[in-house]
Amino acid sequence: MVKSTITFGPQHPVFPEPIQFILKVVDEKVVLAEPQIGYVHRGIEKAFELNDPKDNIFLAERICGICPAPHTTAYVRGVESLMGIEAPPRAKYIRTIMNELNRIHSHILWAGLLGDAIGFESYFMQTWNYREKVLDAIEKISGHRVTYAMNAIGGVRRDMTNEQLRGLEKTMDYVESSLENIEDVMKDYTIKKRTQGIGILTEEEARRDGAVGPTARASGISQDLRTSGYDAYGDLKFEPVVVNNCDSYGRFAVRWQELKQSIDLIRQCIVKMPSGEILTKSNNPMNGEAISRVEAPRGELFYYIKGNGSKKLERVKVRTPTFANIIPTVTMLSKGCQVADVSVIVLSMDPCISCTER
Amino acid sequence: MGIVEKSRLKSPWILHYDCSSCNGCDIEILACLTPYYDIERFGILSKGNPKHSDVLLVTGGVNHRNKTVLKNLYDQMPAPKVVIAIGACGSTGGIFHNCYNILGGADKIVPVDVYVPGCPPRPEAIIDGVVKALDKLKHLQNGTWKEPETGPIVVETAVGAKPAPAAKYANAAPAPTLNSQPTNKEA
Repeated sequence: MVKSTITFGPQHPVFPEPIQFILKVVDEKVVLAEPQIGYVHRGIEKAFELNDPKDNIFLAERICGICPAPHTTAYVRGVESLMGIEAPPRAKYIRTIMNELNRIHSHILWAGLLGDAIGFESYFMQTWNYREKVLDAIEKISGHRVTYAMNAIGGVRRDMTNEQLRGLEKTMDYVESSLENIEDVMKDYTIKKRTQGIGILTEEEARRDGAVGPTARASGISQDLRTSGYDAYGDLKFEPVVVNNCDSYGRFAVRWQELKQSIDLIRQCIVKMPSGEILTKSNNPMNGEAISRVEAPRGELFYYIKGNGSKKLERVKVRTPTFANIIPTVTMLSKGCQVADVSVIVLSMDPCISCTER
Repeated sequence: MGIVEKSRLKSPWILHYDCSSCNGCDIEILACLTPYYDIERFGILSKGNPKHSDVLLVTGGVNHRNKTVLKNLYDQMPAPKVVIAIGACGSTGGIFHNCYNILGGADKIVPVDVYVPGCPPRPEAIIDGVVKALDKLKHLQNGTWKEPETGPIVVETAVGAKPAPAAKYANAAPAPTLNSQPTNKEA
């Protein structure tokens, strides 16, 4: 059999971001996929050492424009544990609300992009129209649509008024009802044809390759860092969403159910919201090492922060969920999929290249 | 004006390339295409093929690896073409200006016609940037373009201004055109 090589990317209509896959193809079947990265590497980890730790929050936010809330939460939680302080309860609830709003907007965004990759244009348009309502809610709370700058070392920068909480409740009602409108897409024949049995990742493979987030949960691994109870998650009732489909459709189903879960978590936060301070001020020196883990929309986000007692940090290391999911994706691609399914498989793990390469 | 020149202005196709952006600008560009902002009412379509495109949107600062990709994409686009640098990073390198792998804004590699500042710019500002670039495209294809004395074209980003959703205009007459963009007052 003659093997031919197809380069997929870095500039490709399906990917909003540049990543290259070099596919070895026999007829229409992919037998080997090699990811080539480095198109969005900026050197942010080094820049963390150059700036003031307070300014680094804005840098952490711009590691990824789709999930800024988990990045800043992970960073400030790490610095807080170096300083030996803790955020007040109200600040923790506000952080949780921002993280869940972020998850809703990220999952809706992903659902739309999947529709776009499949060729279901009207579904893409519909989901993104609903997403605007979530962005409006975020803007009402934080003052910006995409980058929130809500977290500060020792708490949050902005409080939420009662009107904002009530407005958020209304938005959640709207988002829930509008998602119900398009829920039938899960039963759609074409969507099932394009996703069921495509990009299989068994539970064993997911464990071996270290998959995280919805990719792991769609393979039957009950792994959700929110169950560890950081921030306000300890007070809230929820169960990790796990399905056993092990394919792209399973990943779709996990994200769809997580949308409802996030709406429920925000409602619980609004009801249980404590009153009080939102910021603990501290000038403690940052000495020692800290590890901070947060469940981002795409999976486990890991920060390692080292301070040496001076005004600047000595080292910040970020491990993002997409980085962990690259090896599982190569496993999925190398099982002999069709060339036309490559985009669906790559999108099914929700790649965020700018996080991964930093 | 022939049919080609006319349709180029009435329905410009855009190509988007993410140099080393944080995704913030990219999702705002995608948001422009969706029903709430609906850039398609100006005939603007996003195409992945550089050989079909008239307008290049660049987000993020250029780094050592993607500078050749950006140059290749620019060279493949047919003339006349315009380049818009989106966001603080696309214009100057932005918050990443002191990172070791960042060369600077898109203008280090390709000639930039319009700058859209903001981190990230709102979709309104991006739409405004494309509309300003179309004006330049018109002059470029007529051969009447003169560099403005005030320096490069920069979009003034209005904080908090938000147009009414396009759906509201479905029954209204006349339909919004390039010269009558919806403003806050109309909403």
